[in-house]
Amino acid sequence: MTGYILRRIAIAIPTLLLLIVVSFLLMHAAPGGPFTQERQLPAQVLANLNAKYGLDDPLWRQIINYVWGIVAHFDFGPSFVYPDRTVNQIIAAGFPVTLTYGSIAFVVAVAVGVSGVAAAIRHNTWLDYLAVGTSIGAQVLPNFVMAPILVLIFTLWLGWLPGGGWGGPIYWIMPTVALSTSFMASIARIMRSSMLEVLGSNHIRTARAKGLPERAVILRHALKPALLPVISYLGPAFVTMITGSVVIDMYFSTGGIGRSFVDSALNRDYAVMMGITILVGALTILFSLVVDVLYAWIDPKIRY
Amino acid sequence: MDKNSEGDRALLQVSDLNVRFHTTDGEVSAVNGVSLSLARGETLGIVGESGSGKSQLAFSIMGLLARNGRANGSVRFDGQEILNAPPKVLNKIRADKIAMVFQDPMTSLNPYLRVSDQMAEVLMLHRGMGKAQAVAECARMLDAVKIPDAKGRIRLYPHEFSGGMRQRVMIAMALLCKPDVLIADEPTTALDVTVQAQIMQLLDDLQTEFGMAMILITHDLGVVAGACERVMVMYGGRVMERAATDPLFADPSHPYTQGLLQAIPRVDQRGDELSAIPGSPPNMTFPPPGCPFQPRCAYAMPICEAQMPPLDDFAPGRARACHASVMTVRAGHAPQPLLPEAAAEDQAIAAASAEAHAAGGTR
Repeated sequence: MTGYILRRIAIAIPTLLLLIVVSFLLMHAAPGGPFTQERQLPAQVLANLNAKYGLDDPLWRQIINYVWGIVAHFDFGPSFVYPDRTVNQIIAAGFPVTLTYGSIAFVVAVAVGVSGVAAAIRHNTWLDYLAVGTSIGAQVLPNFVMAPILVLIFTLWLGWLPGGGWGGPIYWIMPTVALSTSFMASIARIMRSSMLEVLGSNHIRTARAKGLPERAVILRHALKPALLPVISYLGPAFVTMITGSVVIDMYFSTGGIGRSFVDSALNRDYAVMMGITILVGALTILFSLVVDVLYAWIDPKIRY
Repeated sequence: MDKNSEGDRALLQVSDLNVRFHTTDGEVSAVNGVSLSLARGETLGIVGESGSGKSQLAFSIMGLLARNGRANGSVRFDGQEILNAPPKVLNKIRADKIAMVFQDPMTSLNPYLRVSDQMAEVLMLHRGMGKAQAVAECARMLDAVKIPDAKGRIRLYPHEFSGGMRQRVMIAMALLCKPDVLIADEPTTALDVTVQAQIMQLLDDLQTEFGMAMILITHDLGVVAGACERVMVMYGGRVMERAATDPLFADPSHPYTQGLLQAIPRVDQRGDELSAIPGSPPNMTFPPPGCPFQPRCAYAMPICEAQMPPLDDFAPGRARACHASVMTVRAGHAPQPLLPEAAAEDQAIAAASAEAHAAGGTR
């Protein structure tokens, strides 16, 4: 098991380096530059700017400097648009916000979603139909529709919750709800269908033939295998949730990095864009690793 | 019931059992009006092609039908009605009184649990043993089914065993509570011939040792001849013939039994083509009218299409469901040498599938 994890980590590191280099090259290949504006800057100003940010170096030196800055100093460089802020500062300001509402939304989505098991156990009863109906409804309701509806009801009509901003737990509720619903619905649907599949399998019939009560059949024999597809969905879903949603950041003015990411793309702030891309990439790699480890823990055939 | 005395002594008594499945294509009748009785210590073979309803019959006895399946009729174990009994009642009987060995050893064990955990839970549940004691007892049982190094191997997961070993684990698991009845559903189908012989020998030994009754479900007539005292031949969810093993093999009274016996390849008939029953088992969503075997039967008469022949106790301990007389079938004189429609149908199907292949290739 330890060997398996070490091997996985050994693969993760080159993957991350590859990600950095490829996104750097892609960014470089895009037409225009950080200082391309509607009004052409004077040649001397442009040359000075390029020299200041090291953009006049050959491409290979730029890449090496960039990667070295990250590896040696954990420094993602200065923002091209806000000269007084570094990429690290921008991420440090926004990430805790998205991490907070993203994590809460994740916990809520998993807690509610896993109850899709109940629908599978009561297959083809009113409970099952209700669960399927609700989850399809929740899944087709995108968060950019969900968010204004929530603001309308809870801020404008009822006046219970603040319509935006970031502060104490009262500010967390609406972003969390708006972000979690569609994930919750997906988890519930995956959970239900995988549990149904497992309950129809031969080894569950064997478990029933042992005279085990239904609760033991579900908990001891069916739950672990039924969780596998859910776990492989949860890895990427968790990363998507904690790295923020533009829609949530826009509607609720939460100031998370979802907003910074879109702004950086619109402002040609390549350094910020790279920084957030790498953050998302690193988290994706990390949680794929977590998913792999969980898989190996559940399924003995994967451990080697 | 073929004999009253047998009915009185019966440990397991199945009467007029029907199993239906509700599917999107309509109702499927998997088992139709099947009755059987099993005395203590006896071995009954149930024979038939795939899809003849043998496994569903077994599942309905144990209350293990799939969700869309419904059973009616009666199953009495030791005088107690257990068909459609509440889970609490069934769970007391399952594994403890009636145990089952399932067909597919590769998928019938839980791949996510150690063999020790899967086996021990049976004894912890029915015998109230502690974990350590249960595991030790399970290791002894694995030893009894000739698994080498049982104490060490019990800690392994099912995928670390070969197919034959897994089948032995299944058997050991079923025998843990020394059940009164063991239902073995094709216990040797997935195994190669040498292992097959070992497993059958093992079951026989254990049966003598524990005095349990056994229902052996198989399509392998060789296995039946070696192990069973009585045989029930099923086709299309119905009992076609029922007899003690020796008379059945010596003198099959039903055209289907005859066909099955003729389909066994023989060493002394080198070079001959294997004889097979023409056609294939019926689709039970749309069963043929009358006798289910009638479309493939060499003795078919107009009445066979009109009504299902009743199961007739024509001799002591023997019953058959056929309109053709025993004499006709014994003589082996089919009204026609080979059913022309069946042969023509086979050819039509072959031609159609060849056409479909060709069409698929050009697209």
